[in-house]
Amino acid sequence: MNGFARPLKIALGLIVVAGLIIVPMNFNRYGLFILSQWAVMTIAAMGLNLTLGYAGQVSLAQGAFVGIGAYAGAIMTTHGWPLPVAVLVAIVLSFGVGWVLGYPALRVQHHYLAFVTLAFSTLAFLVFRNESWLTGGIYGISNIPRPHIFGIATNKPLPFYYVCLGSLAIVSLAVWWLIRSPWGRAFVALRENPLRAQSLGIDTRRYTLMAFAIGSALGGVAGALYAPLTQYIDPVPFNLSLSLDLLMMVIVGGAGFYFGPFLGAMIAVLLPEWLRFTEGYYLMLYAIAVMGLLIWSPTGILGILDRHMAARRTKAASALRAVAKSRLETAQ
Amino acid sequence: MSDPILSVHHLVGGYGKMTILNGTTFSVPPATITTIIGPNGAGKSTVFKAIFGLLKLRDGKISFAGRDVTNSSQRALLNAGICYVPQGRNIFPELSVRSNIELGGVSAGKGIDLPKRIEAALDLFPALRRKSAQQASTLSGGEQKQLEIARSLLLEPKLVLIDEPSIGLSPLMVQQTFDILKSLRDRGVTILLIEQNARSALEISDIGIVLELGQTRMVDKAERILNDPRIGQLFLGGAMEDNAA
Repeated sequence: MNGFARPLKIALGLIVVAGLIIVPMNFNRYGLFILSQWAVMTIAAMGLNLTLGYAGQVSLAQGAFVGIGAYAGAIMTTHGWPLPVAVLVAIVLSFGVGWVLGYPALRVQHHYLAFVTLAFSTLAFLVFRNESWLTGGIYGISNIPRPHIFGIATNKPLPFYYVCLGSLAIVSLAVWWLIRSPWGRAFVALRENPLRAQSLGIDTRRYTLMAFAIGSALGGVAGALYAPLTQYIDPVPFNLSLSLDLLMMVIVGGAGFYFGPFLGAMIAVLLPEWLRFTEGYYLMLYAIAVMGLLIWSPTGILGILDRHMAARRTKAASALRAVAKSRLETAQ
Repeated sequence: MSDPILSVHHLVGGYGKMTILNGTTFSVPPATITTIIGPNGAGKSTVFKAIFGLLKLRDGKISFAGRDVTNSSQRALLNAGICYVPQGRNIFPELSVRSNIELGGVSAGKGIDLPKRIEAALDLFPALRRKSAQQASTLSGGEQKQLEIARSLLLEPKLVLIDEPSIGLSPLMVQQTFDILKSLRDRGVTILLIEQNARSALEISDIGIVLELGQTRMVDKAERILNDPRIGQLFLGGAMEDNAA
């Protein structure tokens, strides 16, 4: 009843998925890189969407968790471990760090939490840069290998794009399941009205902490894929601006909407590329486009769709009422 | 009088540097309706938050059914038999009426027959039973408040804390809601109430507690408080006579 019939929705979903698999076969190296980056950033933004959109907590540390995942992935794969193991370690590590950070940090909420996570973001950057025995310092880690999946080498851009897309699919299904599970519903209940949740005996702190830690873990997954994607990492990509970018992706796409991060990441990764023909102006145009969008629709792109659907439903309902009324009148 | 089911002793607490509760002390006998009245800022809602463990106390002791429950977790309090219906609308508007009631049982243990208890709760509220399949947002304000009360009954509480149930309700709905509270009391549930609508609340109450500046000014039979000339003065904004410096 959401405006589209269910089979139509499924068909649309299948077309998009098929498109994501088939169309890039003709893409050049650069196009595939951008698309892989979109898949990776979508994973990180989905994590932040859990924290921000579903549990209602502003985090400026998601970039740092991507960094933690990236360094875990890079260090392990350059030492001969397979990527899936590195991804698992990245998940456990960023979940654990998220939990340990969240435990004291979630004593404060909303914009205060933003400040605490901002401090953590800076701290993580300093660790990446200064602990050169582990992270290679400002020289970073190079020659990060791409994995063999089921015996297939993914060194070439297209196979590795499929690794990113496949990972995105797995994460999407996991998040889809999570937000429909009692956990996901509890996250939303907390965001909407913490007192209501508390009066039912829900331990709000534990659930918020869980949302934060799971969100952080997805940042770690994105990082562990980012490392073999670029095959070289240094501390700079994981500074505060990545956290801000991810926050923007979630808000532009529509915080609290399942498909928000997909769209938001698309805009944040692809729009600057499309605007490149304007040369020096492209970042300015990009900034203006984002500001314009948020003035027009503070709830993001999916917020526009939502309003449109609501308007259509209202029209449909009033049409039904009119029909019912005329029938009543003729019956009298 | 029988042993109190709830007693709070010398509660001190507040928000930040503000001290709201300043030695609040009272006790509530079982199977009664007790109403807390007092001017704005007296600390009425804060007392509830303190009892339900939502406010860290600086001092004082809360005991329930003979056990110390000071600063317990919400889940522990629910399991002990205290339910809290906060001020305002606290339903899940997008869920059905029945699902809303069911959510009262999220913290219940495994051995509880939830469907049976949902039926029992619906028995008490015929208006809710008629609409049990509807989305909760379609209920009127009064029905929504009744839904919250019904939900709080799912754990079969011994004590229900209800903060301002009559706010925003029509006089008829207020009367209906109060009648429900009376029937709960007659089944042995203890009810602790906060009401701005002091006169009608005291009329159905057994005990009245007057709170002022975080201190208990008066605990007495509800009818005695109703007839006390000083109370009118208190609600007109003045302090009680014996408090004048």
